[in-house]
Order: sequence, then structure tokens, then C-alpha cells
Amino acid sequence: MQSTSRHFNSNARKGIADAKLQAALSKLSHGFPVKRLAAMARLPEFEALRDDARDIKEHTLANLGTYLEIYEAKVLESGGHVHWATDAADACEIILGICRDVDAKTVTKGKSMISEEIAVNEYLENNGVQPIETDLGEYIIQLRHEPPSHIIAPAIHLSKEQVAETFRGEHRHLQTGRNLDEPRTLLEEARGELRRKFIAADVGITGANMVIAETGTSIIVTNEGNGDLTQTLPKTHIVIASIEKVVPTLEDATTILRVLARSATGQEMSVYNTFSTGPKRPEDLDGPENYHVVMLDNGRSKMLGGEFHDMLRCIRCSACLNHCPVYKAIGGHAYGWVYSGPMGAVLIPGLQGLAETHDLPGASTFCGKCEDVCPMRIPLPRMLRSWREKAYAARLGSTKARFGLAAWAFLARRPSFYRPIMAFGVGLLALIGRRGRFSTLPLAGGWTASRDLSAPEGTTFLSQWKRGKR
Amino acid sequence: MSDMAQKDTDKKNMDKKNVGLFVTCLVDLTRPSVGFATARLLEAGGCTVHVPDSQTCCGQPAYNAGDKVDAQALARNVITAFEDFDYIVAPSGSCAGMIREHFPALLAEDEKMSARAQGVAAKTYELMEFLHDVLGVSDTGTTFQGAVTYQDSCAGLRELGIKEQPRALMAAVDGLSLKELDDGESCCGFGGLFSVKYPDISGKIVDDKAEAIEKTGADVLLGGDLGCLMNIAGRLQRRGSPVKVRHLAEVLAGMTGDVPPIGETKE
Repeated sequence: MQSTSRHFNSNARKGIADAKLQAALSKLSHGFPVKRLAAMARLPEFEALRDDARDIKEHTLANLGTYLEIYEAKVLESGGHVHWATDAADACEIILGICRDVDAKTVTKGKSMISEEIAVNEYLENNGVQPIETDLGEYIIQLRHEPPSHIIAPAIHLSKEQVAETFRGEHRHLQTGRNLDEPRTLLEEARGELRRKFIAADVGITGANMVIAETGTSIIVTNEGNGDLTQTLPKTHIVIASIEKVVPTLEDATTILRVLARSATGQEMSVYNTFSTGPKRPEDLDGPENYHVVMLDNGRSKMLGGEFHDMLRCIRCSACLNHCPVYKAIGGHAYGWVYSGPMGAVLIPGLQGLAETHDLPGASTFCGKCEDVCPMRIPLPRMLRSWREKAYAARLGSTKARFGLAAWAFLARRPSFYRPIMAFGVGLLALIGRRGRFSTLPLAGGWTASRDLSAPEGTTFLSQWKRGKR
Repeated sequence: MSDMAQKDTDKKNMDKKNVGLFVTCLVDLTRPSVGFATARLLEAGGCTVHVPDSQTCCGQPAYNAGDKVDAQALARNVITAFEDFDYIVAPSGSCAGMIREHFPALLAEDEKMSARAQGVAAKTYELMEFLHDVLGVSDTGTTFQGAVTYQDSCAGLRELGIKEQPRALMAAVDGLSLKELDDGESCCGFGGLFSVKYPDISGKIVDDKAEAIEKTGADVLLGGDLGCLMNIAGRLQRRGSPVKVRHLAEVLAGMTGDVPPIGETKE
């Protein structure tokens, strides 16, 4: 997809003005976070599990090459294939190649953020292969030609009325007068439409929440069961995963699963936690005949050991989105690409370049809530600050803001200049602001567009203290 | 202040604590009353208060804007001005958090300053935690009639773990009743320069906060960080809300009769 991250500010304004989106975001912020707290309360060892989960990932990242090699060997042993993709173009080409080898016309897809990252749908469509998203949210946004606005609830920005409207427009072969007022009827209609497609598909593509080195297994976590139909019905199953998704053992995978669903939706476990190892064996009743794994790097190996290393622990649970005041104010589309919220603001500049995306790390209050709720204890604010340092060094962003900051810093570093100039300034402002506050003030930026600005009392604390006032 | 006066007498024979008051740039420039309230509380708690004249700002605006060089220079300035005191106290979780949690990392590669940054960090406190945890103040002996609600500042709450201390001090104020905010641990949308650089987003977040404050039915919003309070006061006033806003130090020091609420005039 075409990134619109450079239009972050206008995207954000659009999001704030969108009443339907605001209603959905308000529901989101009272949903997932509340359920997460309840799930944590039921599990006293949750904090210790977070440490374990972090340590597992750190150990894996420190030995990434080794575990990837073990994983590859195990997949081959189970009769599957492993393909290594350096970047998005590489991964798309590999996937198309596999589809062409089996003469695929249609491909069903489970929900996968990596497939969004590499924009494989667009690529397949342009090359004559029809991809069909089977996760309900993904299915809806595919019909609407929209990117996901949330990493686990991709259609969170839509109301059920908007979904009904989309279904009426797209499912034209169905009765026009049918009842689409309830979430249940919408779900049943999507299920009916998708059922035929599941059966007809030549290839099923899924992502992977994790892959396990010890067993050569890929894991998907879903609540709808669509992923299972995607990976077991077609003759060919392609798993697309990024290299940091590997964990050493089954035991490690279950530790991470225990923090994943609780952090994401507040469930103890997602409804379906499906483990796939290789193609169908002779004694199996069903399953794919061909099992391919595409392991994507796309810049990740360069993050190892650097200032964004910790981001490689991310398990895409969405807790940082669900608790972010900025995300909750503007929604996911404002970020302009497939990821959003604090994790998106850290990842997107690395994948799209900082020049057009510096507003993403810029737009954070540094409230620290994201780091507080991250199950993998990723220091998101620290990494957002790293991007800001790079943006500042590259002179990105508004010159007015840079100039203002530089002028202020110049003075603040020189107390003997700072004191009299500031004293004069606050005295002047106090004089104009005798009413106690300003409803408009030049140079106050957009501050006074939505709020008043309190006027200074008039004399600085330091000068009064020096004169002996107590 | 009978309790505190008693405490003061008790401490007469002990060495007084020398406290460097880091007043913060916002308090210094816009609301000195918070500085006087802070000094009064510290003195009543048995401290000798020092206010170094060379203090300006902790450097957080530069640090958060990615301007590391200026942030480091300002950090060095704070360290030089304050390192000789027994304690450094600021009426702000945000500025205390900057000194305590960020100075050591900011100056980690500065051979001369690294250890000094850690030394200063180790003795820096936000006012409420200092009163409660270090001085052992449980009752400031003040009266304040009214229902209040309280906004925890993000840095105080999450960087310094301050939550119980202001509540314990408020609970001891005669006549004060606390009505907690819904989703009280969420940010008010201030974020320093964030509020100026992204006024639309900041405006939306603070509007939600103002709504939550009004819902509590409280007459007054209290908090421990002037930046957050100016942001929220500005939005409440724009909404035409009757809720007044004050720094908790003003209430604890019994200064509410002398100083109008934030953004209001005396009458």
C-alpha cells in the first residue's frame, strides 16, 4: 500500500473529526484495557511471566542465527520448504513463484501483519492470483480497499452499519431486503461467502505468531478459526513470518502465549492456538500437501544489537495501541501505514525512512503507558526519543519549532541572560493578561485554538526569593 | 500548622536537612506561588531551603525534542548548581523524573559528569514523595473545604511511582474529600512541546480528560505538575467549566486564600 505517513497531521485531524471513528475508539479504550486488567488480576504470576517472556526473546535474539538454522533443519525434516527473503519484493516474488508452481487461481489468507508489510495482496492481484482475506475484519477492509487500523482488530474503525453497507454493495447476488442489523447476521453472511472460497482455494497463506526451532512448527493464534481452514483445506500452505518470530522450544512458545492473549484482548488464551508442522503425513486425514515457510528479514537483522534492538521482542499484541492516548485520539489510519500506535511509530520510520515519517515518533506525550503495559517490556518511549534525535540531527520538521527551541536553549544555558529576559517577558505577559488567562495569543502555536492559556503571575519566583520574600 | 510546628520543634536538636529547591521553569516564570508553597512545606518539615540562582530548566524540552547537546548542557548546569545539597526537591514529577531517571543516561558517556549525574539523581525527589517518604509528614495540618479530584502526572506516576503519597497527604487535609477520576492514570495530553507541536491531538486528549473531571462532580482539580495543570485548566476554562485548578502544594501549604486558581484572577 501507498504510505500516507507524511500526511500524519492532516490524517490525525480527519480522525479526530470522524464521529464514527471516535465512537469506535471510545469503545476500544473501555474494552481491551479493562479486560486486560481483569485477566492480570486472575494470574498472580503475570509480572513474572512478562520477565520470562522477555528473557526468552532476548536469549533467542542473542543466538538468532543458530535458532533459525535449527528451525530450518526441522522444517526440512518434516517435509516442508524454507525460503529466505531479504525484503518485501523478494518475499512477494517467492510467494508468487509458489502460487504459480501449483497453478493457483485463488489464495485464501489468514490474518498476517507481515503480509500487510510486504503488500503481497496487491502483488498477487497484479499477477493474476486472487487473494481472499478470511479474518472477518481483514475481509471487510479488503472489500473496502482500506489498510488495517489496528493490528489485531483491523476494522475497529468501522461501525456495524458501515459494514452492512459494504456487504450490500459487494454481495450483490444476495437478497437486497435481507436483515443486516445485527453483528450476528453480518458474521453469518461473511461466513457463508467465505465457506465456498475456503473450499475452492488453491493456496492458503497464513502468518505466524511464532515459529518453534525445536520442532519446526509455526503457530497461529486466532479467534475465528478462519486460519485453520486457510491452512488445512488448500493443497499448499505458505507461512509468511519475519525472522524474529522464532523461539527455541515448545515450552518457550507456551510462555509467550500466556502473556500474548492476556495483553491483547484480556483472554486467557485466544480461541484457536494452532500448531502446524510440515505437510500432511501419510497417516493424516487432512492437511496441505505442500508446506512452505517464507522467512522475511526486511531490515530486522540490521536492528540487532542497535538502538532499536528491543523492538525485535514485539509480539504484536496491540497493548501499546490500546493504551496510547494518541492512538485513542486519532485512530490507526492516521499513522499512514500498516502499523500504528507506539509500536508503529517505532517501526515505520525504519521501514519507510524518517524523512517522511518523523511526525510519528514526534507525536507522543511520552506518558510511558505503552512501556508500562508492554508484555515484552519494550522501552518504546526511549526508542521514540532515538528517532527524534535522528530527526533533530537531520533538521527534519518545522523550522519555526527548531528556531524557538534553539533560542530558548541558548538562553536557558546562560542564566545571566535568561533571568532578565524572562523576567521582562513574564512581566509583559502578566500586564496583557490581567484577566488571568489568554483565549488567544500570537506565537502560542495551536495551544489557544482549543484551550485558554493561563497568564503568569508577573514576577519570577527567583527574583522574589532573592528579594527576601517567603 | 500545629502538627508541623510540633514536628519542627521536635527536630530542633537534629541537623536540619539542606534542600536545594529546583523550582522548575514553569513555576519560576508563571506561578511563583507554587514555589513559595513548596518552600513553606519544606521549612515546616524541618528543612533549610536553598534556591540556587543559576537554575533555569532541567532540559526536558530539549531532551524530548531530540536536541541532546542542549539537554546535556542544561543537565550539567543543574548538577553543578545542586550537587552540594543533601536533597534536591522539585514541585513536579516531570522535572524530578528528568533529573532522577534521565540525567544518568543522558550523561553516561560524559566521563567527568557521569558519576555526578548519578549522585544528583540519587538524592532528587518530587515534593509529595519527599514530604511523605523522606520527611515522614503525614499531616500538613491544613484545611480546605471542597470536593477535589486528582490528576496523577504521567512522569510522577510511571517514572517515579508516585501515587499513594499525594493521596495520603490529601486525606489528612480537613474538609477535603477526594473523588477519583475515571481512567485516572491516562495522560492529559500535555507532553510539553507536544501540546504546541500537535495542538489538535493534544486538544482532543485534554478534552476527554476535562470531561472525565467534570463527571466526578468535584469543585477543584489538584495535581502535582504545573504543565499538566495549565493544560487541563485551559481546556476546562474553554469549555466554560466551573471546576477550578490548583497545584496540590498550594492546598497543603494553606495558601488557597492568597492565590487565585490557575488562570483566574483574585476576587
